Amino acid sequence: MNAFYTKWMGGKKGAIELAVLAVFIFVVMPLWLDIFRLNLVGKYLTYAFAAVGLVMVWGYGGILSLGQGVFFGIGGYCMAMFLKLEASDPVSTAHQTTPGIPDFMDWNQITHLPLFWEPFHSLIFSLAAVILVPVALAYVISTAMFKRRVGGVYFSIITQAIAAILTILVVGQQGLTGGINGITDLKTIHGWNINTDSAKYILYFLNGVLLLAVIMLCRFLLSSKFGRLLLAMRDKEDRVRFSGYDVANFKIFTFSVGAAISAIGGAMFTLQVGFMSPSLIGIVPSIEMVIFAAIGGRISLVGAVYGTLLVNYGKSAFSESFPSLWLLLMGALFIGVVMLFPNGLAGLYDVYFKKWVEQLAIRLKKVFPLEKLKPVKAEINHEQ
Amino acid sequence: MGGYSISDLWSILVMQGFSGLSLFSVLLLMALGLAIIFGQMGVINMAHGEFMTIGAYTIYMFSKVTEQYFPSLMPYYFVVAIFAAFGFAFAAGYLVEYLLIRHLYKRPLDTLLATWGLSLIMQQIFRTVFGAREVSATLPDWLMGSWKPTPDIDIPLNGLFVMAISIVVTAAVVLFLYRSSWGLKVRATTQNRVMAGSVGINTRKVDRVTFAVGCGIAGIAGATFTTIASTGPTSGSLYIVDTFLVVVFGGAGSVIGTVSSAFSIAQAQSILTFFLTNAMGKVVTLLTIIIILMMRPEGLFTSKVRK
Amino acid sequence: MFKKMPVVPAGCSAEPVSKTSFLPMHKKLTLAVTGALFIACAGSSFGAAPPTDKVDTTHLAVTDTEVTVGQLHSSTGTMAISETGAIEAEKLAIGQINAMGGVLGRKIKLIQEDGASDWPTFAEKAKKLLEENHVAAIFGCWTSASRKAVLPVLERDNGLLYYPTFYEGLEQSKNVVYTGQEATQQVFAGLDWVAKTKNAKTFYLIGSDYIWPRTTMKLARKYIETVLHGSVVGEEYAALGSTDFGSTINKIRLKKPDVIYAAVVGGSNVSWFKQLKAAGITGKDHTLLTLSVTEDEANGIGGENLVGFYSAMKYFQSLDTPRNKEFVKQFKAKWGADAPIGDVTQAGYEGPWIWKAAVEKAGSFDTDKVAKAEESGQISFDAPEGMVYLEPNHHLKTRLRIGEWRTDGQADIVYTSDYIMPNPFPTGY
Repeated sequence: MNAFYTKWMGGKKGAIELAVLAVFIFVVMPLWLDIFRLNLVGKYLTYAFAAVGLVMVWGYGGILSLGQGVFFGIGGYCMAMFLKLEASDPVSTAHQTTPGIPDFMDWNQITHLPLFWEPFHSLIFSLAAVILVPVALAYVISTAMFKRRVGGVYFSIITQAIAAILTILVVGQQGLTGGINGITDLKTIHGWNINTDSAKYILYFLNGVLLLAVIMLCRFLLSSKFGRLLLAMRDKEDRVRFSGYDVANFKIFTFSVGAAISAIGGAMFTLQVGFMSPSLIGIVPSIEMVIFAAIGGRISLVGAVYGTLLVNYGKSAFSESFPSLWLLLMGALFIGVVMLFPNGLAGLYDVYFKKWVEQLAIRLKKVFPLEKLKPVKAEINHEQ
Repeated sequence: MGGYSISDLWSILVMQGFSGLSLFSVLLLMALGLAIIFGQMGVINMAHGEFMTIGAYTIYMFSKVTEQYFPSLMPYYFVVAIFAAFGFAFAAGYLVEYLLIRHLYKRPLDTLLATWGLSLIMQQIFRTVFGAREVSATLPDWLMGSWKPTPDIDIPLNGLFVMAISIVVTAAVVLFLYRSSWGLKVRATTQNRVMAGSVGINTRKVDRVTFAVGCGIAGIAGATFTTIASTGPTSGSLYIVDTFLVVVFGGAGSVIGTVSSAFSIAQAQSILTFFLTNAMGKVVTLLTIIIILMMRPEGLFTSKVRK
Repeated sequence: MFKKMPVVPAGCSAEPVSKTSFLPMHKKLTLAVTGALFIACAGSSFGAAPPTDKVDTTHLAVTDTEVTVGQLHSSTGTMAISETGAIEAEKLAIGQINAMGGVLGRKIKLIQEDGASDWPTFAEKAKKLLEENHVAAIFGCWTSASRKAVLPVLERDNGLLYYPTFYEGLEQSKNVVYTGQEATQQVFAGLDWVAKTKNAKTFYLIGSDYIWPRTTMKLARKYIETVLHGSVVGEEYAALGSTDFGSTINKIRLKKPDVIYAAVVGGSNVSWFKQLKAAGITGKDHTLLTLSVTEDEANGIGGENLVGFYSAMKYFQSLDTPRNKEFVKQFKAKWGADAPIGDVTQAGYEGPWIWKAAVEKAGSFDTDKVAKAEESGQISFDAPEGMVYLEPNHHLKTRLRIGEWRTDGQADIVYTSDYIMPNPFPTGY
């Protein structure tokens, strides 16, 4: 139990953070918001997966990926392909030239379901593909790069190029992918309608549970020897290499984990929004995901979630109030955070609120003395 | 290619060669400014495209003013406007460096986020000032139309113009970097900032001028592209990916690298587009770049000072 | 008679406007529709407004004096270039309707949202308008992708969308009225015209790479090959946002087609025409018919790069009728003398008017009743382009016009077709 507490939850500090986040997601939001807004928060929380992935890859691994949208997008597309096939049964597509295939294929004069679509009739396969396809791609990309010691800005721009290429491919092969429209009009999973209000509630909570689970998994990874090596690599890569570790393998592993996490977010996006669009793959969303992580504070897993929520809330609120001028406010927000709070929300917390919260905790402890837990040994230095 | 005469094929070959060269000039012009900033200073300027848009709108403003008040000067305004485009973009770059970039030199990846925010703001300013619609500058007649060396061959004049400008700008950049005292200071600062400072070079000022010059070149590029492409608030975003690719492919900090990378990308894309479809041509080019970058991760040409 | 009509500033609905000055158009409208509509209109103009619980049984944002509608276009991002015209036209129409007394005695209140050229955002904002603001109708979308993103939301929440863009067809929803032309309306008559007047046999098809050009070119190819007995010598799609057409133009030069048939969109459009002109392919010795250049695009391309080329549209700003001249005057008075009016802008203007006519025929804002009225085949509107008739398949019966571009960015209308029935699901193509 103690091992679980220290490794998965991240000790006392981590447990409090998680508890606050859980209360925020599972209690405050559903009580405060109607189903439309809650669904919107659910959509934002899917981006938080990508941001959490980036905290691992960028904040701890020191690898800035500008192609995180690629993995988010592939995860989303794998999910959407399953849903689209279920929505395209021969009865409801009877008016098509070829009934039983997705509508956009019919519009593009395709008369047989392409081979790579076939396995997506199976939910199990599709769920596996959500994780495995992005991981495989991430593995190939990162192996090619890190084995040759490509890093830094070059890696960033190459990932950006991959995002550009994938967008062009998806948009260009519209008979196979739905093109610029994306895969739209998704309805059911095994007959369960994902568009009803009750389904939206269930998906929202599932999304929250998955997000917390992913954060705990990341905590576990970071509290292990791997996590300490990762930090050491980020700060002095050569020394780790000279100590006999294969730096590339650790980076490949981290990058693949980040890809898998983003992909889960993509799949949840498809389920909650009801369609998947190539506009989630490209360069712009990928940079936005980096911004979410940066505003959260790039080495704070929980901060990334708040960063994502803050930026997206700002986007929605600004654009509803000032439909033609909101970009000014968004731009100012990004610049302001980078200039004034280089460590994002987490830094803001550390500077202004941490002492206050700790004093409160000490006072609370005096009032309600809890049984002593073993001190956390190698806690990761979050202030770095 | 049955059914075509030899002379047909010959003229296509000539024109196709030219279209590759013209794309090369476009890419080179886009990338030069960024290469200077990114290569020499390690700053990732995501607002590079918007500095190009400044240049494009400068041409538009000059064209409107000239048309209104000095119609007789219409054939000549373009040349003046290009200098003005450099001036405006230089000034904007100088200001941005002073207000924003200089605070972020120790955190190069943060410049990416800050300049991304900057690009959003600039796009919105363009939209507010010039309207959301595209605009079109009236170009002088000598820039439009084509030169016909033989009856079958049409060489676009605007393509020749873009080529000429990019040759001039490249030459100017080389002279600036390798033949001027400013260039010496820039190179010294790049290679060893502390040492450069200790021999009395004002490295802050060098940074500011380098950044501003890079932006100014983007302004020239944007001005020149009004002859071949659209002018609107988001026009700059069309170029940003290609621009970064050219710089990375060439290897940062090397003018010759940028030139050769622009050349190979342009020729590949131009030839592939002719034989494949337009969209597939682009995809194959991008994939090839990635594969080459995986084999030569530091780009075609690398400067030795980088770590 | 239209010249006397005062220019109506939108948004100042409280300003009293003399009823008589609007009567001619009003009369025309009521004459064009059925007696039922006449009664509804008369009621709205002269009598007390019908009680709210009668006109709204589905909890829409309707009060005794006000009805709320939404507007959902991109005012930021790459599509803002194209969507601005529709935003302006819809605001103009709503202002004019308010000045006439509104709809069923209620003034229209507009909530504008920004789709930001991003399809998931369109879906989010449509949901917001329907579920939070309970708007009675949405005027919006431009690209097919944004419409496809919004459509499931509309069908789930039972909302109404008035969509102004010419588009690929293959769609018909109870919840959408398509005030732009679908592909068959835009393609066939234009091809007939170019085949006849230019004696064209060979065609080169080029479009941007997405659903609208692809579908349109599919129809065009079939029509050229089976009806016109011509041939397609090349068919090509440029990546969206592509700015380099050198190689494509060289291919066209090699194939020497009689007609270049184009549907290139967005920023690519400008590059495409500038590079054509620079390569010596101009209206003087080449025939080019495009489906994607309105006055809005011409403004960005520059008339000197377009002169002599043809566009197939249902509306051109230069249309020489008193009704259109009045519309142009009103539009320019509100949005500036430089504001161009393209096909989609005019179709955007039709949206609020068609909605008004349908609501008044239904006597209710309820989506189901309005949709039923729209399917009655009895809704029509005296639009700037001429009378348009809403067919039961939710599309408009309109004419097609061919415009020849001039250097000033306006087009001379060289051909006007008969009325063309909308046929969003053509068989045999």
